[in-house]
Formats: sequence, C-alpha cells, structure tokens
Amino acid sequence: MASRRRTRRILATSARWGILAAFSAALSFPFYWMLITTFKRTSDLYNLKNNPFLFNEPPTLEHLRLLFEETLFPRWLWNTTVAGVCVVAITLLLALPAAYALARLTGRWGERLGIAMFLTYLVPPTLLFIPLSRVVATLGLQDTIWSIVVVYPSFTVPFSTWLLMGFFKSIPRDLEDAAMVDGLTRFQAFLRLVVPISVSGILTVVIFSFTLVTQEFVYALTFISSASNQTVGVGVPIFLVRGDVYYWGSLMAACLIASLPIGIVYNLFLDRFIAGFTFGSVK
Amino acid sequence: MLLPAILYVLALVGVPFLLAFVYAVGDVKVASTGYHFVGLANFESVLRSPAFRRALSNSIIFTVCSQALVLVGGNVLALVLKDAFRGRRLIRFLVLLPWVAPVSIGSIGWKWILDSLYSVINWVLIRLHLVPEFSPPMWLGQPTLAMISVILVHTWHVLPFATVILLAGWTAIPRDIPEACAVDGAGYFRTLFQITIPMLLPIINVALLFGIVFTFTDMTVIYILTRGGPYDTTQVLPSLAFFTGILGSDLAEGAAISIFLLPILVLVAWRMLRTAHRAEVG
Repeated sequence: MASRRRTRRILATSARWGILAAFSAALSFPFYWMLITTFKRTSDLYNLKNNPFLFNEPPTLEHLRLLFEETLFPRWLWNTTVAGVCVVAITLLLALPAAYALARLTGRWGERLGIAMFLTYLVPPTLLFIPLSRVVATLGLQDTIWSIVVVYPSFTVPFSTWLLMGFFKSIPRDLEDAAMVDGLTRFQAFLRLVVPISVSGILTVVIFSFTLVTQEFVYALTFISSASNQTVGVGVPIFLVRGDVYYWGSLMAACLIASLPIGIVYNLFLDRFIAGFTFGSVK
Repeated sequence: MLLPAILYVLALVGVPFLLAFVYAVGDVKVASTGYHFVGLANFESVLRSPAFRRALSNSIIFTVCSQALVLVGGNVLALVLKDAFRGRRLIRFLVLLPWVAPVSIGSIGWKWILDSLYSVINWVLIRLHLVPEFSPPMWLGQPTLAMISVILVHTWHVLPFATVILLAGWTAIPRDIPEACAVDGAGYFRTLFQITIPMLLPIINVALLFGIVFTFTDMTVIYILTRGGPYDTTQVLPSLAFFTGILGSDLAEGAAISIFLLPILVLVAWRMLRTAHRAEVG
C-alpha cells in the first residue's frame, strides 16, 4: 500500500516536471534561438550541412557591430525611449486625478464609470486606425513620433485609471480627512499622503505605459512611414530587412536587445498588472 | 479632475469610433477631400468579395483554434505552476517571455525559425527522417501550413497571459476543498472535473473574454509572418482592413471591413459587464 502510494507520488512529480520542461522549452525557444543566432558567423548560419544548435565556427560580435554602426537601430531605441517617457508623463497626468476622483465618488457611480473607462481599453486599434490616420494627418503629426505620443494614451489612460482606482480605494478616506482637518488642502493631502502610499501602483502604471510603447505595432505601422522615425517594435521587423534580404544575425541581435530588458522589468510587475484584468472575480 | 481624462479618451476613441461609421457609409479615399454619402454600398461590395469572406472565416478559425489551445494549455500550465517549488521564479519568467516581449519582435524570431531554407524545425525533422530531405515543409509558403503556423505562433504569444489569469484562479481555491474530496473517496480526475474546474469557471470566463478580444482584433503575427499570404489565404479581418484601407488607400472600404469586428466586441463587452456586476454584487 505504502509503496504504491510512493510510486504514484513519483509518477505525479515526474509528470509535472515533464510538463514544466516541455512548456518552458517551447515557450522560450525563440529567445534562445535569437541568442544563438546573434553570435554565429554568417557562413555558419547559412551552411546547411552544419548542426544549427552548435557553434561550428568561433562566435562573432560582427552582427552586433553591424546593428549598432550601420543600421537605424540606435535611432529606434532613442525614438522608443522618447515616446515612452512622453506617454508615461501624459498617462500619469491624466490618470492619477481621474482615478482618485473615481475612487472617492460616493455610491456605485465611481465603480461604474471606472468600468466604462476600462471598456474603452478594449476598443482595438484595428477598428480605429483608419479614421485615426486621418485625424493624425489633420493634426499635422503624420510620420512623426508625436503621432503615437498623442494616440497611445488613449489606451494607457483607461487601463491605468482602472488600475489606480483599485489602489486608491484601499486607502482609508479618514487618512485624508484627518490631514485636511490639520490644514492641508485636498490637493496637498493627495500629493503628500495618497501618492506615497500608492507608489507601487504608480510604478505599475509607468511600466505598463512604457512597455506598451515598445509592444504596440498597428498604430506605429500605420502612422509612421519613414524608417528613421520608427520605434523598435516596427523598425526591427519591417525596416531591418533590406530589399528582400534578411540579415538574420543582426535581426536576431536586435530582437534580443529589444525584448529581454522589457521582458525582465515587465515580469516583475505582472501580478499587479493582471489584478486589473480579473475584476475581483478572484477573491 | 475626471474631465481631462474623459475628454482625452473621447477625442481619441469616441470620435474615431464614430468616424469609422461615417467613413464606412461614404466614399473617402486617401487623396480625396470631398465626402459623399453612399449608404451601404461599401458593405455590399465588401460582402460580395471572396477575399472578405475568406478573411471572415479565417478570423473565426484563427480565434477558435488558438483560444481552444490556450484554454487547455493555460490550465495545464497553471496547474503545474501553482504550488511553490525550487526554480519556480525562473520557470515562470521563461514561460511569460512570449507575452512580455513585444509581439512583433517575437514573430520575427519565428519567421527565422520557420524560414523556407534554414528552418531549424525542418533540420530536426529531416534528421529524424520525418520529412523528406529535399522537399521539407514550407511552413509559411503553403496555405494550410501557413494557417497552422500563424495560429500556433499567436497561441505562443497569448498563452502566458491566459496562464497568469488562470493561475490567479487556481491559487485562490482553498486547499482543504480538494483534500476533503479525497477524504470522501473522490479520485484526482473526478475532483478536478467535478469540483475544481466548475469553481474556476468565472476566471476561465475572464481569460477567454480577453483572449477573444486580443485574438480576433489582432493582425501583428499574421502581418509579420505571412502578410496575409500565400495568395490571401491567411488574411484575417484586421489585416484585410489594413491592406485595403491603409496600403490600398480605400479608407471607406477598409473602415467597412473593420466594422465587422464590432459584433464580437459588443458580445465580449456585454459578458464582461455581467462578470464585473456579479463580482460587485457577490
């Protein structure tokens, strides 16, 4: 009896590790492949007789040199950073007061307005890109990084407002009331009491808005046509290809550099971010 | 304090949303400045085009297949990830990468993996003698294989997101419930299908709703891997709208195609409101 239970436990454990190994290998394989490709010589990459999993020739930094010295890649990194910082700033400026107001609205209306706001986040770019391309042209922002700086907050603000509202709600109202009795204005109370308590929520919003700038593809592809004005998310897959020739070594190096840092940072904040999606249906 | 945020969102979501309808019943082209009301003519011409019907059925296949895979895969993965074990953080990071990394970048990685000449998958399959050495599968060049490839790559991208949502549900189930079932003599799979999964239904619902929106309205994976090809066989509604409205500069017809995304969105929004309402009441 006891030995049968032990066999079963061993079976269950190995099944579980088998599943874990299979999933993590399959899901992370492309990133491993980017890493291998980045450091391989071109002659090694394109020799069909070689085992692609091994370095058949000594590794090289040539692809990285090419990427940083002869392509627009550094420019795209810079554009993405500029757009990211601006989008974060606009998002915080709009979402912080809105979320605070919603959290402090009495009755159910705060919650309902918050949900309505959240639902606009679901209206996809592929429904709006055609009219927006005209709006962007009318504003004279076509083919500049400012087109996306203006447009991206239209989905970072709804989601951030919803997320921050949850944070602000968990802060007891008495805290601010007490501060206001002590002579602070509501704005001061918000700035000195509520904001410091909500740092982790605010940080989540910052990360979310910034990563969105690197991840968004459809709007950037639609509004920006010059290679030199692109973000990494569009520049690398669309403009790093010259003619019909793919420079796979540099291309994979660019992919690795563009995805890993974002991946690591985003990963740290993912749980808080997901909490915004579950509507409290988990308790 | 609410007003700036609401105005901003209205101007950049509400206004273009209405404009999409205005365009769809007009005759706007990129170069033209005039506007003439043409009624449902754009919808008529769209519905008659075989490319549109193909895109519509592809969109449905794309969404149903990938979401089915995501639900099964996501739940299995959440089940094995839910308890603490050594190396859990590392594995979680590896598993989440496809979602947290930019999808356009991940897709171009797959384009290299599925390359017609240098595909590493083909290299392995040839060594295992599963496919003939001189005519290996053209993953992105043959219609059926191309469709399977884009479905799998999109599944690869959204699976981690569903997993994390489902994981929140799995970890919230009190430990003593499955234990009590075991004491009462229910086996592992019986407990799983009759107790645990029914308890998870609300969260499965949430994961599915987001999954549908992120799949039905997305074109990134398809745009990068196949550009809708070969011969428009992997075109979906969003990508067709892009090719027609932006690259083909027929804004009116493009807008008409995008409007077909709306019924699904309305349905999802309605289900989501019900979920949110139940959480509020419950």
